[in-house]
Amino acid sequence: MSALVLDSVEIKLADKPLIALTEEVARGDVLTLMGPSGAGKSSLLSFINGSLDANFTRSGRVMLQGRDITDLPPHARRVGILFQDPLLFPHMSVAQNLLFAVPPGAPASERKALVTSALETAGLSGFEERDPATLSGGQAARVALMRVLLSSPDALLLDEPFSKLDTARRDQLRGFVFAEARRRMLPVVMVTHDEADAAACGGKIIRLAEESA
Amino acid sequence: MSFLAAAPGFAIAILVLPVCCGLLATILPAFGYMPALGGNTWSLGPFEELLAMPGIGRSAGLSLFSALITTLISVTLVAFFVGGWRGTRSFARMQQFLSPLLSVPHAAAAFGLAFMIAPSGFLMRLFSPWATGLDRPPDWLILNDPLGLAMIAGLVIKEVPFLLLVTLAALPQTKAGQFDRLTQSMGYGRLSGFLFVTWPQIYRQIRLAVFAVIAYASSVVDVAIILGPSTPSTLAVRLTEWMSDADLALRFVGSAGALLQLGLTLMALAIWLVLERFGRAVSHSLRAQGRRLARDGAVRWFAMVATALLALLVFSGLAVLALWSVAGFWAFPDLAPNALSFDTWNRASLSLGGPMANTLFIGGVATAVATLLALACLEREWRTGRTGGSRALWFIYLPLIVPQVSFVFGLKVFFLLIGWDATMAAMVLVHLVFVLPYVFLSLSDPWRAWDPRYASVAAGLGASPNRLFWRIRLPMLLKPALVALAVGFAVSVGQYLPTLLLGSGRISTITTEAVALSAGGDRRVIGVYAFLQMVLPFVVFVIAAAVPALLFRNRRAMGGQA
Repeated sequence: MSALVLDSVEIKLADKPLIALTEEVARGDVLTLMGPSGAGKSSLLSFINGSLDANFTRSGRVMLQGRDITDLPPHARRVGILFQDPLLFPHMSVAQNLLFAVPPGAPASERKALVTSALETAGLSGFEERDPATLSGGQAARVALMRVLLSSPDALLLDEPFSKLDTARRDQLRGFVFAEARRRMLPVVMVTHDEADAAACGGKIIRLAEESA
Repeated sequence: MSFLAAAPGFAIAILVLPVCCGLLATILPAFGYMPALGGNTWSLGPFEELLAMPGIGRSAGLSLFSALITTLISVTLVAFFVGGWRGTRSFARMQQFLSPLLSVPHAAAAFGLAFMIAPSGFLMRLFSPWATGLDRPPDWLILNDPLGLAMIAGLVIKEVPFLLLVTLAALPQTKAGQFDRLTQSMGYGRLSGFLFVTWPQIYRQIRLAVFAVIAYASSVVDVAIILGPSTPSTLAVRLTEWMSDADLALRFVGSAGALLQLGLTLMALAIWLVLERFGRAVSHSLRAQGRRLARDGAVRWFAMVATALLALLVFSGLAVLALWSVAGFWAFPDLAPNALSFDTWNRASLSLGGPMANTLFIGGVATAVATLLALACLEREWRTGRTGGSRALWFIYLPLIVPQVSFVFGLKVFFLLIGWDATMAAMVLVHLVFVLPYVFLSLSDPWRAWDPRYASVAAGLGASPNRLFWRIRLPMLLKPALVALAVGFAVSVGQYLPTLLLGSGRISTITTEAVALSAGGDRRVIGVYAFLQMVLPFVVFVIAAAVPALLFRNRRAMGGQA
């Protein structure tokens, strides 16, 4: 069974069609959207995670792990997102950022252990008390990835996630993100400008036409 | 209905209802009808009496003239200063220098100015006797001059920092930097390029604030009592006297006068609209001729020097005022008192307690309610995705554009009818009417500028809207929220007329006491009260800055050191 189903999704802005598609993304697979900059690609991600502005008209359904999430509020969808900026919460330490993401319920020691091992995975052991503003771009991006993974989402959205990094770091982080997503069998939808991103992930690529920009 | 859903309606009610009730309760007695005051018949009697008052035409003319001149000087100075110096290091320094002036209540600034420019003031001492040859204060009418020039100066020193702040808030929404480079590359001067291209975009955004300045200046009471003419006084001052008079018959004349004041303010606004058209026409004509006006050095420097002098004048005035409060014997033309003593403070402390407690209580409650409401409205706006748009902005500016004197009189009558006169509840409510707009205006820009992607990220992590608000948005915006709180408190501390009228002599604050002292002319006691008036908001601003700095001392992106 496909993990993420986009069923006859159509998004319009002021009667101008931006995007219309039906797609299925299996667990551990990546669906890539490419095309000129414009509202089309990112508005699909907003439609999936429930943050689409009221000015857009939309139709179609989003199914995630068999649940219809189309009408759920954003926080109940279990859809994580990464932007090109890491967007670590600036008033929290690295550990506080990660603890914010860990679902409630588990005892404090267990939650802390999750954070420690996540930082280990990211190669950032001992970074718990650091101020996010003191991290390098690559470090912050890895913390952001660990943060979204710790919230154990059912799907991952990537909104041009590597475009602000230099080439060497970009390749490194890209490999890390896709490996982690695959390891957790997450369906991924990625929006990008970068052919290399699309090539690296190995999934289906949809190229949006110029008009839909 | 939840608190959030109710908040916008509640806020609009606070902004609109008192103005409407107040206006209604002004209109009725103005036409002779107010059974509570013994007026049972409709008549034009109050207006006839009003027009028969000696010097009423001159009073009205003074109000109109001083409002327009004040606004013209303030707007021009701000436009030329920002245009001529934006982006320079001196501009940044001046901005830092001017911003604390915002928190100084009008009355305190007016006292400071009076202490500087009075015939026995600090400036005269500075030049006496070596330059002026005077060893006694001259018998000149510098304060309370018949043309109201001192009063205009007292208003300009407060309106320039206010207009500068709203201009700077509007600036990022224009592409000022790029337009500057473009116009200068075509050979336009720094100032002319700005005035031709960027200023019209800014002015469109700050127009309501300019209207508020006109309305305020045309109906101001405290500054006019301290610095304004007295033979006759401005219309608003005379209205206040009639309304506080024991002779109830004068209330009818006062109500008629309050309507005249409303008409006068509308007239000032109408004249301003004509001036706007004139300004646009001149600008258009100069642009069409392609006039570069590149040699603007003298004008730019004039704007800088005038702004700097203005700030210097207020700050030295406040310092002199503080000095007077601890002065022993201080003869003219000595620059400093012979001795320092706390006698005045000791004497004043006997009667300070009540006004001080009232100031803190009223300001504290009104500000807390206003901040809560503003936060709730903005949160509601965020969650529903619906902004009130430009209509909401008119609601917010309504209490700032309808002159205080015109509806606070009526409001007093209204409160008398329902038995709320001289109660703390009425006092907090009427302060709220004026505090809420400023709190909302100062909070809404940073709130709306907050990066919404943080919300997407947090929702993706499973954070509910409430968790998002308490854990992410409010902490990230704690600094502007506390600044808004401090702005609100400063506005409350500065309220003179509503406090005076609704207090009915039973509830007084530091501000009403300070202004009441101005007639007596005891500089030492005035110094004490005006100093407190200036210090209270300042302390709250310091706390507002210290709390986030302390909480986030290890967070560089939050302004910390780490």
